[in-house]
Order: sequence, then C-alpha cells, then structure tokens
Amino acid sequence: MSELQTTGAMQSRREFLRTLLRGVLLAGLAGMGARALLGRRCQSATSSDRVKLCKGCPDLASCSSAVLSAGHKVWQLDPAKCTQCGRCATQCVLQASAVKCVHRPKQCGYCRLCFGFFQPGATTLTSAAENQICPTGAIRRKFIEEPYYEYTIDESLCIGCGRCVKGCSAFGNSSLVLQVRHDRCVNCNECSIARNCPSDAFRQVQATAPYLLNPRSERTAS
Amino acid sequence: MMRIAALILYLLMPALAALAENRFPQPQFESGYTMPVTTTPSPRAATVEMLDILILVGALSLAAWLILKKRSRRGVFLLTVFSLLYFGFWRKGCVCSIGSIQNVAAWLSGSEAILPVSVAAFFILPLVFALFFGRVFCAAVCPLGAIQEMMILFPKLFPRQVSLALGMIPVSYLGVAVLLAATGSSFIICRFDPFVPVFRLSGEPVMILVGVGLLVLGIFVARPFCRFLCPYGVLLNWASRLSKWHATITPTECDQCRLCERACPFDAIRMPVTCPVSESRATGVRRLKVLLLLVVALGSAGAWGGAHLDRVLAPLNAKVRLVQVLGSSDPAVEKQFSVELEAFRSGERNPDTLAAEAEAIRRQFRRGGTCLGGFLGLVFGLSILSVSIRRARDSYEPDRGECLSCARCYLSCPEEHKRLKT
Repeated sequence: MSELQTTGAMQSRREFLRTLLRGVLLAGLAGMGARALLGRRCQSATSSDRVKLCKGCPDLASCSSAVLSAGHKVWQLDPAKCTQCGRCATQCVLQASAVKCVHRPKQCGYCRLCFGFFQPGATTLTSAAENQICPTGAIRRKFIEEPYYEYTIDESLCIGCGRCVKGCSAFGNSSLVLQVRHDRCVNCNECSIARNCPSDAFRQVQATAPYLLNPRSERTAS
Repeated sequence: MMRIAALILYLLMPALAALAENRFPQPQFESGYTMPVTTTPSPRAATVEMLDILILVGALSLAAWLILKKRSRRGVFLLTVFSLLYFGFWRKGCVCSIGSIQNVAAWLSGSEAILPVSVAAFFILPLVFALFFGRVFCAAVCPLGAIQEMMILFPKLFPRQVSLALGMIPVSYLGVAVLLAATGSSFIICRFDPFVPVFRLSGEPVMILVGVGLLVLGIFVARPFCRFLCPYGVLLNWASRLSKWHATITPTECDQCRLCERACPFDAIRMPVTCPVSESRATGVRRLKVLLLLVVALGSAGAWGGAHLDRVLAPLNAKVRLVQVLGSSDPAVEKQFSVELEAFRSGERNPDTLAAEAEAIRRQFRRGGTCLGGFLGLVFGLSILSVSIRRARDSYEPDRGECLSCARCYLSCPEEHKRLKT
C-alpha cells in the first residue's frame, strides 16, 4: 500500500515538474513569436532600409503595413560591389543560375562597338560567334539607326557568368548588371552564391523593392 | 582606321573611369525607336508565405487529431503524402523548421539578422505542438521525414547502446550549427541538407548523392536522418518528453501481450520494467554519486575543449578566412583563393578593420565554443546517467522523446482491434 502511495506521489511530482517546465517553455516560445511579430518595429533603427520606413510611432496600430511586412526579404546582388568573378554561374543551387545579366536601356550608349558584346580581339564588328564575348550567345545585337545598336538579353540562354558585365562596366556605361531574377530564385534560407561571393555583394533586400537597378542608389550604397 | 582609333580610345577608358559616370551620352533617336523597359519579375508575395503558415497549422492540427483522437495510421500516411508533395516538391522544402534554428540563433545573437514571421512560425509551431501532443510534426508534416517514411521497407533494429551513441550526433550537429549561425559564419544545416536538392531536382552533386544514399539506407534503417542527424529532432525530442498528451500504443489498458514489441521500426517502444530491488541502497547512492561527478567532469572537459574549437571552426567564417589568406605567403593558398584576393584588392575594404572584425569573430567563437563544449559534455553525461536509472513501468509504452508518433504500433494491439469493432 505504502509503495503504491510513493509511486503515486512520484508520478504527481514528476507531472508537476513537467507541467511547470512546459509552461516556461511555452511562455518563452510565445515571447519569441511576439517579438518576431511585433518587435520588428523596435528593431527598425538597426538596419538602414528600415529607418526610412519607421516613423518611430509608439503604438503598433498606427504602424504602416510597409513596416509590418518589412520582415519579408529576398536575396539580391549589389552591382556596386560585384566584381564579376563568375561564381554566380556556378554556385547557384539551380542548374541554370537564378542570376542573370540585366540590361538597363536608360544607361546604355547603344554603342556600335559594345564591349559587353564583342570579344576584346574581335576582328570584325559582326555578330559572328567568334566575335561574341557571351559564351552562350545570349545577347542579341540589332541595328536601330546610324550609329546606334540595340542589345537585348535572352534570359533563357544567359547563365549569369558576368563576362559581358565586366566588359560593359570596364569600358562602357555599366548598363549591363547581374541581378537575381525572382521568377527563378527559390529564395534559399542561406543563398549559396552569397556564401561564396568574394566581394560580399549579396544581401537581403525588402521583397517590395527586390531589385538594385537604380544607378544612383548604387553609388550611395558604395 | 576608325576602328583602331575607337579601340585606342576605349582602351584609355579605364583611366577616365573616375571622371565619367556615363562614358557615352544617351543617344537621341530619330527613327521613332522606343526604348524597352527592364522587366522586374516579382518574388513570391508575402501573403503566400502567410498561406504556408496556415497550411502548417492545419497540417499539425490534423496530424494531432489523427494520431491521438482518430488513431488512424492510414490518415497519418495520407497526410504524410500531402506534406511530401506540398512542403517538399511544391515548396521545395524551404523554409523548413530544421533550417529555421539557424535564423533564430542568428537573431538571438543580436546581429542585424531579422526573423521573418514565416520562419519564426516554422520554428515555434512544431515545438508548441510537441509540448502538447508529442512529435506530430515528425509524424506527418515534415517533408524530410515524409520522403524517408516512403522508404521504410525492411527496417532492421540494432542494439540500444548503438542508437544511444548515434543519438549524440544530432546534438553535436545542433550545437555546431547554432554556433556557426550565431557568429554569422554559415548555415550548415541548409548547406548540408540531403533532401532539399532531391526536392529541387538540382543542387550540389555530392549532396544529391548523400540524399539518395540516405534514402537507400532508409530501406533498412528507418528514417536515418530523423533519428541520427536531424538537429531539430533534438529540440522536438526534449519538448515531446514534456508533452501533455502523447500517442499510446493501446487505447485502453495494456495486456502485456507482447504483440507490439517488434511493431516499431524506430525502436521507440519500451518494455515494462517491474523494478525489483537488485542492489542495496548504499551501492545505488554511490553509483549515482559517481555518475553525477562524471556529468560535472564531462561538462568541464567539454567546456575546456570547446574553447579550443575556434581553430577548427573560425576559418569557416569568410572574414576570418580572408584574413588568414591575406597573412599567408604560401603560393598554393594564394592560388586557391585568387578570386577572393582579387576581389579584396579591387574593393575598398581596409585590411586593419577587416583584421579587427576577424579577431572579434574569433573571440565569439572562443566564447561560444566554451558554451558548446560544456553543453555537449553535459548532455553526454546526462544521457549516460539516464541509462543507469530504472523507472517502474507496467505497460508497453512509446519512449516520449524518440517516438515519432507515426501510429504504426496501433494496429498490433489487440485492444485496438476490439475498439475498432465496437
């Protein structure tokens, strides 16, 4: 009889400790969730893109939806830091990289001799394969009017090696830049290219402004 | 002639780079040409992430209901198939609860890392459910578990000692992953995830091979990743030990018929222990004293050893490695890291601030390594201690920590068949 009572007491003591510990852990998890959900406003002073959004208002109700959804981030490449090492083509988890060359026509000089299109030693200015710098022939060159040529990227062919970007930024207007294309990117928790980027050019940006294509903001960023 | 002149001009351009932002003026078109607009395909909307959270809550609740209330293995299996298809092949297994540990670690370490709501939900919700219902997440919601679940064909069991020893692997993996994430070095859980490349049907060839290898191994060793590698499984194991309700083999009273003994492919069923007093109180107390001393000793030894871990782990951080490479004069190293060196030289980073940052990271590693080593020593010691403590048990019960709540054992219980008939 006494043995039974001891077991019963043991059971209830263990049960009590279990309940206590469970309560503590639940409170901890709830606190963490609450901070992740609500505390994002308080954190806003730490990162620069939040400062613009946060007005420092004291209560959550007046907090704009832009600040509240600010936690949703995607990977992007900062062209100002990119050194076109070529790893974007090889380090992405996708078989054809999610990073592609993107053309900014507003920056483009529409040059006849485009160093993003032609090999440095090209003998003739024709789109013959041996003249092109692009290993997959993903850049199309089209005559517009004397002396201007239009260049367009065929993203289905582009592998994101950045050779054209290197040529254009060394000799031209930097109208070609590498960017993570979000129709392809699977937004890994830790971007595999970012981990291997030698120039620290990858960062997580707001999903509401997922591209870094504005040359002015690049300059201020660098 | 024109072309040579142009070439010379262009070759001079880098020298003029500092002067010119737009080297060539914007052309004035006369032929009525309209400039194309740069397309910017948008990423998955934040609302879709919220939908994922809802589906996660729904799947967890359904799993808890199927396991504890409905007691239906078929239902659990169907939910597993759904999770494999949705969280696995459709959502490509990312963000998952296992990887979210690292986001939480980075966030708690106080760096600039932020914790998106969806990631926080994937970390918190399965743990909350485990605190109430046991590891229902492992049973039917985790896509990594689901893909292995499909492979359990000829499960073999091996001695408890072996699984206990192998059980130290996930704890160590968890500790190292948290340390690396908290120092902002790397997310190794994501990097070495064996099944996400299978879901994506692309990725590092080595990891795809490891994933396929684990699946093949999973034919004979049920869910090898979940039991002997998964770091989130460690947290769920601890939470599940505290669970308010948990799956039971029998719906009523255990008859001790032994029919369920071999029903569990994960070796999570514990036999009844009648606990005869086989030793005197004095020897028992002495044994406990020795074991408690051993726990303290292992903890201290671990802390001491962990303080030296920075030599191994710190070079995994890109900054620390770059400083190492900059300091070395070995041509082989320079060749191996030529891309990093070139990027560093062409950038504007100051070597002194870089060295200071690297030293700060090293200090973090020393401090974190001490905690990690001490923690691992304690866990190891306590798991040895727990083996030597016998608790009375009068029925066949699942081990609350290790049971994955898959509901396989239900149908081996005659009481369950009685319940189903009525």
